[in-house]
Amino acid sequence: MSPGKAGWRLVQRDLRLGLRRPGEWLQPLVFFLVVTTLFPLATSPELSRLRDMAPGALWVAALLSSLLALELLFREDGQDGTLEQLAVSGLPLPWLLLAKTCVHWLLTGLPLVLAGPLVATALGAPYASIPGVFAALLLGSGALSLIGAVGAALTLGLRRGGVLLALLVLPLAVPVLIFGARATSLAIAQDPMTAPMYLLGAIAVLSATLAPLAAAAAVRISLE
Amino acid sequence: MMQWLSMGGYWMYLWPSYLLTFLVLVLNVGYARRSARLARLEALRRVQGAAAQQGRS
Amino acid sequence: MDWTWFHRFGSPPHFYRIAGKLIPWFAWLAALTGVAGLIGGLILAPPDYQQGEGYRIIYVHVPAAVLSTMAYAVMATAAGVGLIWRMNVAHAVAASCAAIGASFTFLALVTGSLWGRPMWGTYWQWDPRLTSELVMLFLYLGYMGLRGAIDDTARADRASAVLALVGVINLPIIHYSVDWWNSLHQGHTLLKFSKPSMPPSMLVPLLLLMLGFVLYFAAIVLVRSRGEVLRRERNARWIAELLGAPS
Repeated sequence: MSPGKAGWRLVQRDLRLGLRRPGEWLQPLVFFLVVTTLFPLATSPELSRLRDMAPGALWVAALLSSLLALELLFREDGQDGTLEQLAVSGLPLPWLLLAKTCVHWLLTGLPLVLAGPLVATALGAPYASIPGVFAALLLGSGALSLIGAVGAALTLGLRRGGVLLALLVLPLAVPVLIFGARATSLAIAQDPMTAPMYLLGAIAVLSATLAPLAAAAAVRISLE
Repeated sequence: MMQWLSMGGYWMYLWPSYLLTFLVLVLNVGYARRSARLARLEALRRVQGAAAQQGRS
Repeated sequence: MDWTWFHRFGSPPHFYRIAGKLIPWFAWLAALTGVAGLIGGLILAPPDYQQGEGYRIIYVHVPAAVLSTMAYAVMATAAGVGLIWRMNVAHAVAASCAAIGASFTFLALVTGSLWGRPMWGTYWQWDPRLTSELVMLFLYLGYMGLRGAIDDTARADRASAVLALVGVINLPIIHYSVDWWNSLHQGHTLLKFSKPSMPPSMLVPLLLLMLGFVLYFAAIVLVRSRGEVLRRERNARWIAELLGAPS
């Protein structure tokens, strides 16, 4: 079977399995909404102050949600041996893992990208900022899924791997956080956001090319 | 001497820095040597265990 | 090119013996240059025009900062070598760099913070260099955490090697952050490709202390590596001979 066909089959399979249990995959979204709600509750309901905090709150919540969601990426397939089958299949493992990560992003990242701009407006952002916030979250959440996949592969099967996963992924995700929040705050202020978007784009591209390689190496190490 | 110790008024920042540095350097020497010593003892025990097994077999 | 020296270095008993011979040299030279640098920096060097006596924190801050990144570079290189050539000695060296690298990073952050308070008016600033140094501390801690969480030494070696290599991206960010962004932190004074902008009386003690820290780092890493090599050794015979146990 060609790698392209195998990848597509894997995407179909993962999507089918994921949509069978929507509750699981919606939890990160709910977490995101709950966490962003906590900010105005904990600080002040005044819209002008919320607007200042919105980029930070949005991105911290997105980062934490994507960390939670990472547990789902390799858990099932790691336990039932599918991951091992993929590794010995003779097909390029980075490519297969990229396919898995894409589906994972569709199920856990995309909801955040869609909900994010709305949450931003709830936190005082002007409606005109919606496209900008959406674009930043699109690039950033993709990068976070990819970077997170490396962490998930490294901590595969470890007891209490969840906390360690967070410790490993957060430092690597810092650039995404910084540039994403910067892009979002520029969007909210209606200023040109090209500079951080270029950097976010670069990070996203870099992650898409390199993260699957690192994740594949990590999966092989974790499986032996 | 007191003038040197006061470091132009900056002694509150300077001496803690130097003392902390000294502390970190000393602690690292201690932990490094301890780690190496423990590894040596472990290895000896392993070797003696294996030798004892060979002696018996 | 003849690569036998490389593979011989990777042989555990060879490495153990050579490291054992090098350690006292590095240790004593580190102490010597350190003391010389301290005397030069704390006593002989004149006070600064702008910062008075307070600038002398530079003599511990800069060596710590330089070593923090150097330790990471050594750790990542050793990890890469261990991963590619499947060399236990390289993995042993990588494992040995983590604690001392994290210590230097912590030291750089704290001494920098104490220096910043009187000079910039603040203990901390979220600017690129400080932030990426802090991130590097988290990388070290993550590396140590991952190693600790995996019981099997071989898997721990290889997983943490992947992590170390992925984190290498942070190093150029730290180094060039002062160029790319308007940063509160001082720009390059030493690693510029032009004449350094410090007078010799101040510069020489700094260079001496940096050399001293490097030698100290080498000594510590070699001490720890010898132990780590022993932990990874299955073949008992050379251990018995070397450590003088009956075999």
